[in-house]
Amino acid sequence: MTDMKPVIEIRNLQKSFGKVDVLKGIDMQVAAGEVVAVIGSSGSGKSTMLRCINLLETPTGGQILWHGKNIQTEIDSLYKYRASVGMVFQQFNLYNNLTVLQNCTLPQVKVLGRSKAEAEKIAKDYLDRVGMLPYQNARPAQISGGQKQRVAIARALAMNPEVLLFDEPTSALDPEMVGEVLNVMQQLAQEGMTMIVVTHEMAFARDVSSRVVYMNQGVICEQGTPAEIFGNPQKQETRDFLARFRNN
Amino acid sequence: MIEFLNDVIEIVTKHYPFLLRGIGYTMLIALAGTLAGLLIGLATGVVRTCPLSKNGFVRLLQKILNGIIAVYVEVFRGTPMMVQAMVIYWGYAFATGGSTLPLIPSGIIIVSINTGAYMAEIVRGGIISIDKGQFEGAAAVGMTHWQTMLHIVLPQVLRNILPSVANEFVINIKDTSVLNVIGVTELYYFAGIIKRESFQTFQTYLVVCVIYFVLTFTVTRVLRLIEKKLQGADSYVICGSQSDPSAEIRVPKQQEVPND
Ligand SMILES: Nc1ncnc2c1ncn2[C@@H]1O[C@H](COP(=O)(O)OP(=O)(O)OP(=O)(O)O)[C@@H](O)[C@H]1O
Ligand SMILES: [Mg+2]
Repeated sequence: MTDMKPVIEIRNLQKSFGKVDVLKGIDMQVAAGEVVAVIGSSGSGKSTMLRCINLLETPTGGQILWHGKNIQTEIDSLYKYRASVGMVFQQFNLYNNLTVLQNCTLPQVKVLGRSKAEAEKIAKDYLDRVGMLPYQNARPAQISGGQKQRVAIARALAMNPEVLLFDEPTSALDPEMVGEVLNVMQQLAQEGMTMIVVTHEMAFARDVSSRVVYMNQGVICEQGTPAEIFGNPQKQETRDFLARFRNN
Repeated sequence: MIEFLNDVIEIVTKHYPFLLRGIGYTMLIALAGTLAGLLIGLATGVVRTCPLSKNGFVRLLQKILNGIIAVYVEVFRGTPMMVQAMVIYWGYAFATGGSTLPLIPSGIIIVSINTGAYMAEIVRGGIISIDKGQFEGAAAVGMTHWQTMLHIVLPQVLRNILPSVANEFVINIKDTSVLNVIGVTELYYFAGIIKRESFQTFQTYLVVCVIYFVLTFTVTRVLRLIEKKLQGADSYVICGSQSDPSAEIRVPKQQEVPND
């Protein structure tokens, strides 16, 4: 890690649903430009951690700092904060009543207060970059999963976020559509976008990320560069997990 | 038989101003009451689905408001509209020491409040049936509860509940007839007047019965057409193909992707 001040700092983050402790003290820092891949078996709390970062879930313990400020107590506006932390979901979550273009303009107009003309210009820019500009008038129900996910990425980018969170962005896609979405993400990574990516795509974690975090049972079991985690994992749990993955 | 038909024709030709006025007021009260009821339903839906505030005082207000809505829904769905009309109309007179509200506005208010209680439940069901992902997709970009509801959730809810709203409208066309207990001059009220003038009870009510049916039948058909329209276009235009920016290709609607 660099000695730059982290954009996001997670301190002893805990989350329980009723009696179930899902996150049991997560500590993690993300600096600008980092691409952090979060891997781990199902139920280890990866999504919950990501959802705590933009407060879709309320942490039950610990702190999350955004440029040094506690996001639950010290930031000016939850809404502005969320706008600067984009999120891409496994199920896309495009607004079903709006066209592709409107999906990308509405949040800009309503949350950032941009004019409609400005928002459309920015939206079309990003739709073009993900190759979805020709479909600007389509509705979500009319396009494929991979196309939806690319629109979802464009929608997030149009807010000019500082950080993008991805929660298994390719897990709901048919295999032949995974590539088109990963390509877009890889391009973003190369351009220096700060990203936290929960993924089961080990190739992406290995080739694109700058750091890999392995989560197990609500804690970070091990983290390091892709070379360290995939080439020479220190913990038995990590080795077991990766071995299970190779066998599947 | 001929004589019977003559009676019927005479009722229509002689009393058509009454009948037309009755139809006018019945439709006005039913339409205004349904729309106002829908607004009440949408408003209660937004309030009831709003996440509880962290601020203790606001939180208390929210809970009280939710309680009031729950009581309102139960009471107005659990009592006959005819009784509600009497209680509201004469309750106002009692409270103000004898002054009464004008009749048509009274009728609209009563139907609105009554319909609102049903709409509240229809809207609530509509909101619950919207995929959680729609709310999260909106929250994640920084939209407020109000923005989410107004721009994303309620438009989808409205489309989904349109058949139920149409149904409420049809019910209201028929149920405005109970407003004659407070003297609102809707269709059924005029039927009473015509009967007393013509002394032909059966013929009069048969005519009115047919009128009610034509009204509800027409409204049902028209609303079904609107519903079809709202299903949306089944194709869209791909614009600006790379070789020819002005190209327009019409693409047929795809099957819904199963995992969405
Ligand atoms: N809203 C909730 N209420 C109760 N339990 C929950 C809730 N959300 C998640 N959990 C539980 O928390 C645990 C961790 O869930 P989470 O979704 O964070 O796992 P994950 O690592 O993302 O798994 P996956 O790879 O399957 O997505 C699971 O056991 C899950 O059942
Ligand atoms: Mg998950």
